[in-house]
Amino acid sequence: MALPENLNKIRIQIEEYARRCGLDFFEVIFELLPWDQINMIAAYGGFPTRYPHWRFGMEYEELSKSYSYGLHRIYEMVINNDPCYAYLLDSNKEVDQKLVMAHVYAHCDFFKNNIYFKHTNRKMMDETANHATRIKKYMDKYGIDTVEQFIDICLSIDNLIDIHSPYIKRAEGNISQEESPPKSKKFPVQKEYMSHFINPREDEKGKKKEEKKEINLLKKVFSPQRDILNFLIQNAPLREWQQDVLSIIREEAYYFAPQGQTKIMNEGWATFWHSKIMTQMALKDDELIDYADHHSGTVAIQPGGFNPYKIGLELFRDIEDRWNKGRFGRDYEECEDMTRKRNWDLKLNQGIAKVFEVRKLHNDITFIDEFMTEDFVKRNKLFTFAYNHENNQYEIKSREFSKVKKQLLFMLTNMGNPIISLIDDSFGNRNELLLKHHYEGVELHYEWAKETLKNICTIWKRPIHLWTVIRGKGTLISFDGKVFSEKIMEEP
Amino acid sequence: MVLSIESDHNRFRKIVKGKIRENLRKFIKHSDMLGKKGKDIVSIPLPQIELPRFKHNPQSSGGVGQGDGAEGTPIGSGDEGKEGRRKAGNQPGIHIMEVELTIDELADILGEELQLPRIQPRGKHKIESLKTRYRSISRTGPETLRHFKRTYKEALKRQIASGTYRFETPVIIPVKEDLRYKSGKPMRTLESNAVIFYIMDISGSMGDEQKDIVRIESFWIDAWLRKHYPGLETRYIVHDVAAREVDREAFFSLRESGGTMISSAYNLLADILEKTYPIDEWNIYAFHFSDGENWGDEDNKLCIEILSNRILNRINLFCYGQVASHYGEGDFIKVLEEHFSNSENISLSFIQDRDAIYDSIKTFLGKGR
Repeated sequence: MALPENLNKIRIQIEEYARRCGLDFFEVIFELLPWDQINMIAAYGGFPTRYPHWRFGMEYEELSKSYSYGLHRIYEMVINNDPCYAYLLDSNKEVDQKLVMAHVYAHCDFFKNNIYFKHTNRKMMDETANHATRIKKYMDKYGIDTVEQFIDICLSIDNLIDIHSPYIKRAEGNISQEESPPKSKKFPVQKEYMSHFINPREDEKGKKKEEKKEINLLKKVFSPQRDILNFLIQNAPLREWQQDVLSIIREEAYYFAPQGQTKIMNEGWATFWHSKIMTQMALKDDELIDYADHHSGTVAIQPGGFNPYKIGLELFRDIEDRWNKGRFGRDYEECEDMTRKRNWDLKLNQGIAKVFEVRKLHNDITFIDEFMTEDFVKRNKLFTFAYNHENNQYEIKSREFSKVKKQLLFMLTNMGNPIISLIDDSFGNRNELLLKHHYEGVELHYEWAKETLKNICTIWKRPIHLWTVIRGKGTLISFDGKVFSEKIMEEP
Repeated sequence: MVLSIESDHNRFRKIVKGKIRENLRKFIKHSDMLGKKGKDIVSIPLPQIELPRFKHNPQSSGGVGQGDGAEGTPIGSGDEGKEGRRKAGNQPGIHIMEVELTIDELADILGEELQLPRIQPRGKHKIESLKTRYRSISRTGPETLRHFKRTYKEALKRQIASGTYRFETPVIIPVKEDLRYKSGKPMRTLESNAVIFYIMDISGSMGDEQKDIVRIESFWIDAWLRKHYPGLETRYIVHDVAAREVDREAFFSLRESGGTMISSAYNLLADILEKTYPIDEWNIYAFHFSDGENWGDEDNKLCIEILSNRILNRINLFCYGQVASHYGEGDFIKVLEEHFSNSENISLSFIQDRDAIYDSIKTFLGKGR
């Protein structure tokens, strides 16, 4: 349902405020929805139409149940699309709607301007609907169970993509150009029919070259790749519909990846701006307490938990403050006079300009790496925790700045997924795949890894091997389609 | 309006119940409907299916958190299934898997899950009861009814007016005059009388597992009926070859080893009904659980006679649940089926195992009587 008159007035006002702040967004279309529909759209990952799959139903059940038990509610959903679609819960109070609209405009500004979203499909709304149509068609033709089972397999490996690949130009294009065979010179002939006798036969020569080239290709070293999904689409013995399903899953994984890569920043940015717009422009006196109540709920930290809204917000505020006061650069870093350092203020007023630059150029990893200072970690009481086998509990491990930062960066790397690449597509010269886990000190979930190997094997239809570290030892896990075997092996 | 997600949801439910896609069963994180039970509180776990992926072992990866505590302070248990709460990037508050509820809320959920119709009580509204409704605000009251937001507002107003509000450290401390309480008025409502009879076969063939099923099922039935009849009476009858009335404790713990004569229980039930519960004043329910192994055709016939002549004409609903046991399958349910397929107020269900409890409750209470 489109916005009713009173909310539309508010929307026009908030949009005006957002533009005044310098936010730059696609057109935003707001819709007002009851809780069950907003839960549905949230379960669908923000889209009104997705392909049929039980996991959306599972998400929906969880959201609906926790909504009806009063544990959690979704105030808003917004999707990266042009125009941007945003959904508001119809039972929100007016002040909540204001806050949520301000939040949405900031999200939309982020989608439009952050560089990591540059390659996302801005017509994804249509695209997911197309995906749904295609998958439904396959389900009609091959049966729901068959197609759904295949989707499950694809989903189980949909993190085997190369999230950085949209931003990298690979050299492949050039290589093929170089290899085009040099044209052989012909002796000039006066009469066309003489050519046959003077020049050697074209095709024979050509044939020999072709053969040589093929041998070269065979010898060519397989270059490791992270986008295993793409490799399988191109090379696995799949039927046409399976190929299409796998490429749908891959496309959606790439679409959602930037949101995973910028979770802290994106939520921090939206919270930073809703708080500015509300407290400096939009809020009426009698709405203050309700606003404060809602806002504090958004940035609340469960004891020992980690809230990306809170950390993102505080980091943006810290950046604004530091660049307003000139608290950066060598002079500031090296200042040893603590009183002077504490009162450091060069009155640069570059804070707002800086946060806009940051939202354009960074993702969570570079954001944390560049702007999370020792002072920040201390002020926000961050710590690392680890599992203690003796009492089956997670315990606070360290509050040391470098450790906290390292742990956080590790968790954000590859969106928390282990890095796995395909390093050989013809392992042992037997058309078997060799995957390698790039071990960084944290082992894989063993049982899950085996189940995932089974799934890849279903697609590749030949044995699959995974090199990883198990209980401290480099190990090759192999699955031949029936049984697993393991052997100790050095890192390939 | 039917949402398009309903079909995904139905499919998920079917997978959880094991009706389709058997191969996904091993990925279901599942636990009993009656997870843990405090005094009046039950937790309902949400079933989750997690597809396998390459992921880090949560126990060896650790994470980052925020808050107070020295090194070594425990922050959470290492059990599988709870790890989701601890991961960075998860939205706060979404991955709560267990919910604590009162029995009353539980009954609501049960009703909704099973799509049970509301019961239409018959008979006159006899019992008067007082219920408090909270609709206004007062300056006095018990602490449990304190209205947090109103109190906060009053305190804020006072501090700003008196100049004790500090912008830099906006701490609000309510004093006695600021306190506001929800205030209620008792309202009279009239309710109807109701009684439930639970009848259980405790002959040798009813094992512990069978009794557990009866226990779980009657717990849920009780919760649902209590919702509709606040002054619900409950009575318990056990039988082997002879029947007697017992208290709740004995009902679930007694175990005999003899044979079975179901008619003895029906006779006792009919006697109690005729003596104590006039038909125009009471809503009457009876639930009988047995493994269906009765003494013989003679007794079966007797049962049918008592049911049709002395029980069914006085009762809202008679339910018979036949629990599967190790000693083979009784035929009592078939006997009842033959004779009462047209009766409105009798409901039969066969309970194969714990998983069938859900459907059995639906069969029993789905009539809305």
